[in-house]
Amino acid sequence: MDTRFSDEDLAFRDEVRAFFKEEYTEELTQRMKDKSTFKAAVVEWQKKLHAKGWIAPGWPVEYGGTGWTPTQKYIYDSERASAGVRDNVPFGLTMVGPVIYAFGNDEQKAQFLPRILASDDWWCQGYSEPGSGSDLASLKTKAERDGDDYIVNGAKIWTTYAQYADWIFCLVRTSNEGKKQEGISFLLIDMKTPGVKVNPIVSIDNHHSLNEVEFNNVRVPVKNRIGEENRGWHIAKALLAHERTGIAGVADCKRAVSEIKRLASAEVNGGKRLIDNPNFQSRLADIDIEIMALEYTELRVLASLSSGGAPGPESSMLKIKGTEMQQATQTLLMDLAAYYQGVLPTDLSEDVLGHSFGSQARQSFMYGRASTIYGGSNEVQKNIIAKAVLGL
Amino acid sequence: MNFDFSEEQNMLRDSVAKYVQDDYDWDTRKAIAATDEAMKAENWQTFAELGWLSVPFAEEFGGFGGGPVDVMVMMEELGKGLVLEPYFATVVLFGGLLHKGSNDALKESVIPSVIEGSCLGAFAYLERQSRFELNDVLTTVTTDGEDRIINGEKVVVLNGGSASHLIVSARSSGAQSDAEGISLYLVPADADGVEKTTYRLMDGQVVANIRFNNVKVPASSAVCVEGEAAALIQSVTEDAMLALGAEALGVMGQLNSKTVEYTKTREQFGVKISSFQALQHRMVETFMAYEQTKSLLYRAVCDFEADKPEKRESLLALKIMIDKAGKRIYSEAIQMHGGMGITDELDIGHYAKRLMMIGTTFGDAMHHMSEFTQLRYAS
Repeated sequence: MDTRFSDEDLAFRDEVRAFFKEEYTEELTQRMKDKSTFKAAVVEWQKKLHAKGWIAPGWPVEYGGTGWTPTQKYIYDSERASAGVRDNVPFGLTMVGPVIYAFGNDEQKAQFLPRILASDDWWCQGYSEPGSGSDLASLKTKAERDGDDYIVNGAKIWTTYAQYADWIFCLVRTSNEGKKQEGISFLLIDMKTPGVKVNPIVSIDNHHSLNEVEFNNVRVPVKNRIGEENRGWHIAKALLAHERTGIAGVADCKRAVSEIKRLASAEVNGGKRLIDNPNFQSRLADIDIEIMALEYTELRVLASLSSGGAPGPESSMLKIKGTEMQQATQTLLMDLAAYYQGVLPTDLSEDVLGHSFGSQARQSFMYGRASTIYGGSNEVQKNIIAKAVLGL
Repeated sequence: MNFDFSEEQNMLRDSVAKYVQDDYDWDTRKAIAATDEAMKAENWQTFAELGWLSVPFAEEFGGFGGGPVDVMVMMEELGKGLVLEPYFATVVLFGGLLHKGSNDALKESVIPSVIEGSCLGAFAYLERQSRFELNDVLTTVTTDGEDRIINGEKVVVLNGGSASHLIVSARSSGAQSDAEGISLYLVPADADGVEKTTYRLMDGQVVANIRFNNVKVPASSAVCVEGEAAALIQSVTEDAMLALGAEALGVMGQLNSKTVEYTKTREQFGVKISSFQALQHRMVETFMAYEQTKSLLYRAVCDFEADKPEKRESLLALKIMIDKAGKRIYSEAIQMHGGMGITDELDIGHYAKRLMMIGTTFGDAMHHMSEFTQLRYAS
């Protein structure tokens, strides 16, 4: 057992740190905050990472991955979070990309993977439906064969960034025979195809990132199906375990704790700094300690993955604990913001408002409610652990 | 970065696990707990023969030269079996003080006898008023030529009943809780003026309150430079907290797995109670509490092996988690065992009691939290 960094690790850390400092500019950050320039700024940043060769740490080297050790991945993510650098948009790079290189044919790999790596295509995810959430396999969006095409009808919901997307990957029903899991296929659909309609959903944080996507007689070439017909569930399951490992967000939680420390040193109540209030301290410490533990839980999973293991049910624990901790930091930040937690999105400056982080705290807290629901709700994750780990 | 154990560490773990499995079943343990000493001399000799008593000591004293990871794998397995023999008190605490102290003559004469099993030790440091403050020492030591005279009282001395030798903390100068002015002396348990009252704790240990009435020892029995023992005590109690963390993890693992197994056999309302989602999700919670504790144990042990600057914070986090997660795990284990969970007959209550005692040794969550927040948030 050893978690010391080698000299190479330390040199790598310095290189990552310098790169973020140089390339993730304030100007870029500002453009990401503005709705009208958000997409272009994110794509510009991801293209910089691509040019550096760092866009896909999770991918095998033969498809464009970095070949990093678990330690390097850990260092990269810690540095990214502590520099306040936003994580990559996951839908192409960590969701559909791995599906395509693992289950796609050569033509599909050649068509999609380079464009995912270069952020030339913006992807979104079509899993949940208006009638099926955590019970994913109950999905009803139907794809019927018509020559070399499928005709797709139905609707997907909670589709993040569908308004920006060039492509959507979908689970669709291709058969009603047998178990409901056995009639599902995995389809890639061009968002420009006639019959695809995106309806915005304003979420509890007063922002628009979610959508409903309707499919009315959408014609999709059969060659856009990944894997065999009716085998989509197995592909989706492999992807879900992959997705859950990523959404623990430990590095970002650590960053949140240090932000909270910084802000609580500035907030004063009755002449006393909040950071010196023992009640505040013990609430922060409870979160801090769980995150210290979670960091090592994630490292243990990373280490076992690198020695050949596949992400299994333990990724469910990372999802549960990670999202609980995200919400715990968001809750504490709301309390720190006091009455300024109610500030809605505004163009008013910090000087005029009298406060710097109230609106941001509100937005993170409100949108953060989604984290224990998406990716398979935390209750579903507990069912998975109960069955697959505890054998209940 | 790796979380793998060496071949020696795996062998050590297997050796303890096999012993617990074959020679320390529940009835055996109950019979040992019922004896006056709450230990079996024959078992201690076996520990010596198996080399366990040599693990943390340097090779020059006949030791195995092991580090925190070696002690961890052993303590976790001892925890699984609720082993009563005083490995922690004798090897980790008493032996640790000698080993990390600066008195070479004592090391050469005493450590080999610990390793061969003839010396049982205890560390007498707690006092009536001291609670968790290690530097709160009212026991006094005065100089009489080349001799030292110790007066005072120590309480809840682990292994105080069976120990052949004691290491006692005493103050020669300074105020009640000053770090300066504390010394440690090796005292034979049968020395003149040593007066013991033994009693039993809920986890089966036999402990003692010990009065030192003008106990005379030579200056050469000082374990480290006189007046400067505070740092040594802190360092050895840190090793000891890591060891207890490992033992606690073993206990927690047993509570969880016994509870899961029980719910798979227990039927109510015509079905196995393991089929109830209300119970399943709570067992998932205790599983996660166990995994989080294990992560903090690994974190702390790795930080100590690497002597990282933040090692004390990691250790305090571990100790806080043990108290917190421990309470949750044993409460759920008792609750899910139903009526049987509150009997003395079933092992569940005994695992719970050991976890409670570990939770309060060297400080509970409340105590450690004060230091943790001070270290981490004060600026």
